[in-house]
Amino acid sequence: MPVNIRTIAISAAALGVLGYLVYRSEDATTRKPVANKVTVLYWEKWTGDEAQKMRRIVNNFNASQDRIFVKMLSISGVADKTLLAASGGNPPDVAGLWDTQMTQFKDAGALTDLAPLAKEFGIKEEDYIPGYWKLMSPGGTLVAFPTTPASTALHINKKFLKPGEEPPKTLEDLDAFTDRISKVNNGKVELAGFLPAEPGWWNWGWGYWFGGKLIDGDKLTVNSPENIRAFEWVLSYSKRFGVRETQNFQSGFGNFSSPQNPFMSEKVASVMQGVWMANFIDLYNKELPWIAVPFPLPKDKQHLKGMNFIAMDTLVIPTGAKHKREAFEFIAFVQRQDQMELLCSTHGKNSPLVKVSEKFFNTHLNPYIRLFDELARSPNAAYIPQIGIWPQMDSELKNAFTEINLGTKTPKEALDAAQARLEPQWRRYQQQVMNKSITTAEAQP
Amino acid sequence: MKSEARIAYLFAMPWILGFLTFLLYPVLASFFYSFTDFSVLRPPRFIGIENYKEMVQDEVFWMTIRNTFTYVVAAVPLSATVAILLAMLLNTKVKGLAFYRTLFYVPSLVPMVALGILWLWIFNGEHGLLNMSLEKLGMSKPPNWLGDPAWSKVTLVMIAMWGSGNAMVIYLAGLQDIPQSLYEAADLDGARLVAKTRHVTLPMLSPVILFNVIMGMIGSLQVFAVPYVMFPNGAPARSTYFFTTYLFDNAFRFQRMGYASAMGWVLFLITLTLTFVALRMSERQVHYDRS
Repeated sequence: MPVNIRTIAISAAALGVLGYLVYRSEDATTRKPVANKVTVLYWEKWTGDEAQKMRRIVNNFNASQDRIFVKMLSISGVADKTLLAASGGNPPDVAGLWDTQMTQFKDAGALTDLAPLAKEFGIKEEDYIPGYWKLMSPGGTLVAFPTTPASTALHINKKFLKPGEEPPKTLEDLDAFTDRISKVNNGKVELAGFLPAEPGWWNWGWGYWFGGKLIDGDKLTVNSPENIRAFEWVLSYSKRFGVRETQNFQSGFGNFSSPQNPFMSEKVASVMQGVWMANFIDLYNKELPWIAVPFPLPKDKQHLKGMNFIAMDTLVIPTGAKHKREAFEFIAFVQRQDQMELLCSTHGKNSPLVKVSEKFFNTHLNPYIRLFDELARSPNAAYIPQIGIWPQMDSELKNAFTEINLGTKTPKEALDAAQARLEPQWRRYQQQVMNKSITTAEAQP
Repeated sequence: MKSEARIAYLFAMPWILGFLTFLLYPVLASFFYSFTDFSVLRPPRFIGIENYKEMVQDEVFWMTIRNTFTYVVAAVPLSATVAILLAMLLNTKVKGLAFYRTLFYVPSLVPMVALGILWLWIFNGEHGLLNMSLEKLGMSKPPNWLGDPAWSKVTLVMIAMWGSGNAMVIYLAGLQDIPQSLYEAADLDGARLVAKTRHVTLPMLSPVILFNVIMGMIGSLQVFAVPYVMFPNGAPARSTYFFTTYLFDNAFRFQRMGYASAMGWVLFLITLTLTFVALRMSERQVHYDRS
C-alpha cells in the first residue's frame, strides 16, 4: 500500500479532532456555561412526571436570580453513577438520592458535610420534623436535605367495610377483617383482606410494630424476640391462604404504578402505603372508595401509637463537587416553605418542615394529608436503620422473609441465620470503613 | 519499521488504545484490588488474601457457586441439543427454508431485559400463558415457575433455550460443511437416519459442538441479565442468586469492590479450568478434518 505524508497527516488530524472532542465532551454535554453564570449540575433520580415537577422548582430558582444556572438531568441508576463520578473526581454539584443510601455514602466519604453551609444560610434543625432531621443527619453529620418526604398508613378499600364499621384499630382487628372478607375459591385466592408481603417495601420492618428494632446502639438485634414475633405474624398470613396459593395469587399482581396494582384492581382490600398513594389512585382508579388510617398495632403494643415508617428523597452535595456554595444556594431555595410546599403538593407528599401553611393542607390532593403530617411528627415514627451495611441487611431480611413465607425455615431459624451472617459483616465494616477497633469480646459471634 | 506496518499500526491504534485503557488496565487493576479493601471512594487498603479467605467461609458465595453450576450443567447441554436439532431440521430441503431459518434466529436478537419482561408474563403463575395452557391440558396445579425455589432455575434453563438461534446458525454452517460423499457412502452401507447422525453428522460436527459448548459454558457462568430482571435479589429464597449477581451486589450495592474483584478472578480461574478440562476431555471425541 503506498503511504505518503498526506495520508499520515490526515490520520493524525482525524485522531487529533477525535481527541479534542473526547476532551471537550464533558463540558459540551454537561457543564456548558450559560451567559456568565455558574452552572450547577444537578443529577436527579426521578424521571417522567416527578422529574417534570422538580424541574418547575429548578426553573423557579433559575428565574429567581442571575448568577447561577441549575442544569437538571434525569439519571437512571443515579446512586452508582454519582459514586463513580465522585471517585473519578467529576461528580455533579447536586445529586438527588434516597435516604436509604445516606449512611453508606457518608461513611464512604462521598457526601459533603452541610452543617457549615446550613448555618451560614440560617437553616436550623428546629425547622424540620425531628424524624426527617435524623434521616438528614446519619451518625449526627448533616449530609442531606429533603426534596420530598413521606409517612405511611393503612389504606382500606371502603367497599369491604360494613356500613358503619370502624376500620381495624389493632393488628388483631386487621387479622379478623382479613379472615372475614378474604375469598378463596377452589384453592385459588381471589381476594385478600391484607397481605404483609404487599407491596413488599417494608418487609424488613414488621418487627417495629411489635416493639422491635434491627439495631440497638452498635448491636445488631435482627433476631430479637420482637422481630421473631413479627415474622411469626407474617407467617400466619401465608398459612392462612396457603404457601403455594399465596405465591400464585401474588404473581398475578401488576406493577405498583399501573391499574393492575392489587389494591387498585381490588384484589387486596387493605395495604400499607405511603402518602403518595392518593396520587396513584387518582391516576389509575379515581372511583376507588378508600380511607387511610394509622396502621394498627398489636393489642399489647398500643403505647407505640403513631408508629409508622417515614422516608424521604434527598439532595446531597457529593465530595469533590465544583460549585458547593452555589449548589447549596439551590438546595436552600428548595427548602423555602413556598417551594417545598409546591414540590410536595405536586408530588402528593407531606412537607418535611415544621411550619406548614393551611393552604397546603386545604389544596392537597390527598384528603388524608393531615393524618400523614401527624404521623410524620409522631415520636414513634420509624425509619430504616442508619447503618452502613443497610444494603446487606436489607438483602438478608428479604431472604429471611421469603424463606419464612415459603416455610423452608421457621422465623427463629431464618432470623438467627440472618443475624449470624450480618454480625461478621458489621464487624468488618466497623473495622475497615469506620476504622473502629473491635475488642476480642465484641468479635465473638 | 516499514511504512506499511507503521500505517497499519496507526489505523489499529484506536483499538489498541481502547484495549489498553478499557480492558487491560481494568483487568490488572482488579487483580490488585482483589487484595484490598476498596469502597471506590476511599483509597484501597491492602489486606492480603483476606478477601479470598472470606470467600471460603461465605455461605452465600458457595450458594451462588452451586446455583451457577446447576444452571450451567442443565442449560448448556439442553441448549446445545436444541440448537443441533434445529440446525439439522433447517438443513433439510423444505419449502420456505429461509423463512424458518430467520424465524428461529430472530429470538436470539431480542435484548435480554425485554426478554426477561416477556418471560415474566409467560411464566406468571396466575395469568401466564404457560400455566393457562397446562390447565387447559388438564393439569390442575401447574408449577409456580417464578415463586417456587424448586422451579425457578428450571424456568431460567427453559429461557436459555430460547436463545439457541446464535448457536443454531453456527451448527448449520458446520452441517453444510460436511461432505455429501460421506452420506452417500453411508447410504451404500445401508445406514438410516439415526446411524448417519451418529456415525457421520455428530463426529463431523464435533469441533463445532466443542466450540459452541465452551462458548455456552462461558456465557452461562456469567448469566446475569435475565435472572436480574426476573428474580430480584435472587428470589425466591436465593434460588436464582448467581455468581455474577452476587459479584455485582458486592461491587455496587455493598460497595465492596475489593471482594467483588476477588470474585471476578475466581470466576476467571473457574472458567479457565473448565475450558481446559473440556478441551482435554474432548481430545478423543472431537474429530478434526486434517485432510
